[in-house]
Amino acid sequence: MLHMWEMPEPRQLAERNNTIPVILQAMARPMLAGLACGLAGLYAAFVGILVLMHGRVIIVDVLTLGQCVLLLLGLAAGAKSRTATATRAILPDLARGAVAGSVYGAALACGLALFQIAFLRTVLVSLSPELRRMLSFGLESGPAMVTLVVAGGALGVAGSLWSRLGGEQRRATLTAATAVIVAGTLQQLLQTVLQRFSFTKAIGDLLFSWAGLKWQGALLVGAVAAVVGSLWPIAKREFGARQPTLHALLSDNRSAFQLALLLLGLSVLPALAGPYIGQVLLMVALYTLMGMGLNIEVGLAGLLDLGFVAFFAVGAYATALLTADSSVALSAYTSIPALSFWLAVPIAVALSVIVGVLFGLPVLGVRGDYLAVATLGLGEIVRVIVLSDFAAPILNGAQGILQVPRPFVGSVELSSPVSLFYLTLVCSMFAAFVAWRLQASRLGRAWMALRDDEEVAQALGVNLVKAKLLAYGLGAAFAGLAGAIFATMLTSVYPNSFNLLLSINVLALIVIGGIGSIEGVIVGAILLVGLPELLREFGEYRFLFYGAALIAIMIMRPRGLWSTSRPSGAMPGGLR
Amino acid sequence: MSLLEVVDVDVLYGNVRAIQGVSLCVEAGQIVTLIGANGAGKSTTLNAISGVLPISRGAIRFKGQLISGLASHGIVRLGISQVPEGRRIFGKLTVSENISLGSFVRNDWHEIQQDRERVLELFPRLRERLRQTAGTLSGGEQQMLAMARALVARPALILLDEPSMGLAPMLVEQVFEIIKEINRQGVTILLVEQNAFAALEIADQAYVLASGAISLTGSGAELLRHEQVISAYLGEG
Repeated sequence: MLHMWEMPEPRQLAERNNTIPVILQAMARPMLAGLACGLAGLYAAFVGILVLMHGRVIIVDVLTLGQCVLLLLGLAAGAKSRTATATRAILPDLARGAVAGSVYGAALACGLALFQIAFLRTVLVSLSPELRRMLSFGLESGPAMVTLVVAGGALGVAGSLWSRLGGEQRRATLTAATAVIVAGTLQQLLQTVLQRFSFTKAIGDLLFSWAGLKWQGALLVGAVAAVVGSLWPIAKREFGARQPTLHALLSDNRSAFQLALLLLGLSVLPALAGPYIGQVLLMVALYTLMGMGLNIEVGLAGLLDLGFVAFFAVGAYATALLTADSSVALSAYTSIPALSFWLAVPIAVALSVIVGVLFGLPVLGVRGDYLAVATLGLGEIVRVIVLSDFAAPILNGAQGILQVPRPFVGSVELSSPVSLFYLTLVCSMFAAFVAWRLQASRLGRAWMALRDDEEVAQALGVNLVKAKLLAYGLGAAFAGLAGAIFATMLTSVYPNSFNLLLSINVLALIVIGGIGSIEGVIVGAILLVGLPELLREFGEYRFLFYGAALIAIMIMRPRGLWSTSRPSGAMPGGLR
Repeated sequence: MSLLEVVDVDVLYGNVRAIQGVSLCVEAGQIVTLIGANGAGKSTTLNAISGVLPISRGAIRFKGQLISGLASHGIVRLGISQVPEGRRIFGKLTVSENISLGSFVRNDWHEIQQDRERVLELFPRLRERLRQTAGTLSGGEQQMLAMARALVARPALILLDEPSMGLAPMLVEQVFEIIKEINRQGVTILLVEQNAFAALEIADQAYVLASGAISLTGSGAELLRHEQVISAYLGEG
């Protein structure tokens, strides 16, 4: 839409022969850029997220996350003030930057002015004294508004100067800024890791004080990131020249090495970072395991399943009923002895597979969107049955089943999140291996054919019933395994844990990661399960981030973050 | 005994009778064509033979065995492959995977490899594009792929549905050359075509289908000279 406001051609300018409209036209783009950034800032302020971010210190006594956002918006206004067709002369550039920045500052100043209207506070609860303090630098309203406009202008100039830099310098500064912000935001995580070992403690003390980065630390982090960021391509080129064979090997198997690095990181991190991170990663691994299962159904066989949570519930309840040390467990009123976790898991998985196949039977002939709705219903049925009076004598209704024991290895109880994480990691790696082998197999090809064109697949000899039921069964197996771990992790199961949102989360993570991609499942789980946990202090707002991130990813990477090399969009070949 | 016998077959779409009392014979080694206007029931007949559509009356025999009523994967196993209308290749899979899916019902690995080689010799363009996703192929290449996919099932009979559809005239000629070549290698062909002239030229036996029923039959050469056929399908000729 902005192109309507681009700088007019010089010839057009001459024709108009009237300076004021010409200047206005030339400044339309910067003003729009400033206004857009200003509105973004005001939105963040009125939603309340800005104050919240203001509470997170990035650099002690210098900068908070909230201020970071305001600064970056100002810089962005300046950087975006020039159209692609405009001249690159420095003075017009600076003028445009200044205008964009001032408009941005003015927008914030307008926000500040709203504080004068007393009754607004009752409507916009976020117009808090903290927000006022933050926007006004502790000044009176008048001077504060002037300061905002002037500071905005300065930021805009800085932004436009930045946009004049060469590509490498821009990348280096961007890397440095990102590194500082990430280090500051995740300072708790980094500090706990660094404080655990004596040799890293010194680094930690150098970079961080208890509240955030020290300014020296920020400089150091930024500098290191910039240097590494700008040396990386050079180092890669050097390496390619000196070790051509090794370099070729690495770049040919790039995704395999990236995956290996990712796994290595995942397996070492919790041991270093302690129980909290262990718990977060346990959830990531659990969702990865479920994602692997759903990916077989959705990614390979193209069966859009929104009732996936049912299999997870079956695995969890089966484990709980077989192992629990309580009056509702099977051992309490039948002759079945209370089993250990390891004996219960195969039974739980087998039961999940059976439920998966039973689940698939009624929807064999249902396709696409209709399948999604049908499976949604089936998933709800399972939850309602668990809650019902009918099943209450066995499943204990809403009270759930308590005192599910933890697994033992020898005499060691796997009770800590970190040890459960490793158990889950092994399971999800196994699931990933199975999925990987299946992809290249005859069955995998049959699934993909089914996904692309059911009728032709059938005409080529694919047994539709068998292939579909196998997909449901295998997907359910992984979900059941995840459910078993879930039950022992919480040491209890409640019907409320198994709602629709879980199915949707698992589906979202495989879409974000890239449908059909095994690595994508891991990346999606980290992003959708891990990050929200780390951002927990932002409370409900993290779902705002979550939603915004989902939309942004789907716009920028419609095939997912780590998509397979296959195109997944509509192809011209699909003549139907 | 004919290779394929279709005897008095009806197919219903709901309450609508798509074909009615269709009977035809395909002798081993022949090229038999089924021509007719849009909506005459040509594709329906092929889909009934391959088991994709159920028949409501009549019988279909292949090598003397009753196949009407079998599931389509069972029919493929007996040696009938279909190249569906509009190619219907798997656009998101690679050319290589598409070909592999053609031999899905076979498990004689070594012979599959041989057949694969033979098919790639027939379609050298496909060999250059084995790793490419099939959706990126041109229309002509997609038609070749669809035929290659059918051939690796090592069928006794291939059902070809409108192979010339949407192709440039030069490619159409090439496709018909390939059909003749496949036939020379011993595969019987049942060809459904709108391009009646090209189809009749290569056909040993031909049937004309009009509103769901067979209206004319004869050798390809006979029908090429037949007044009714000329006026209805071949224009001024």
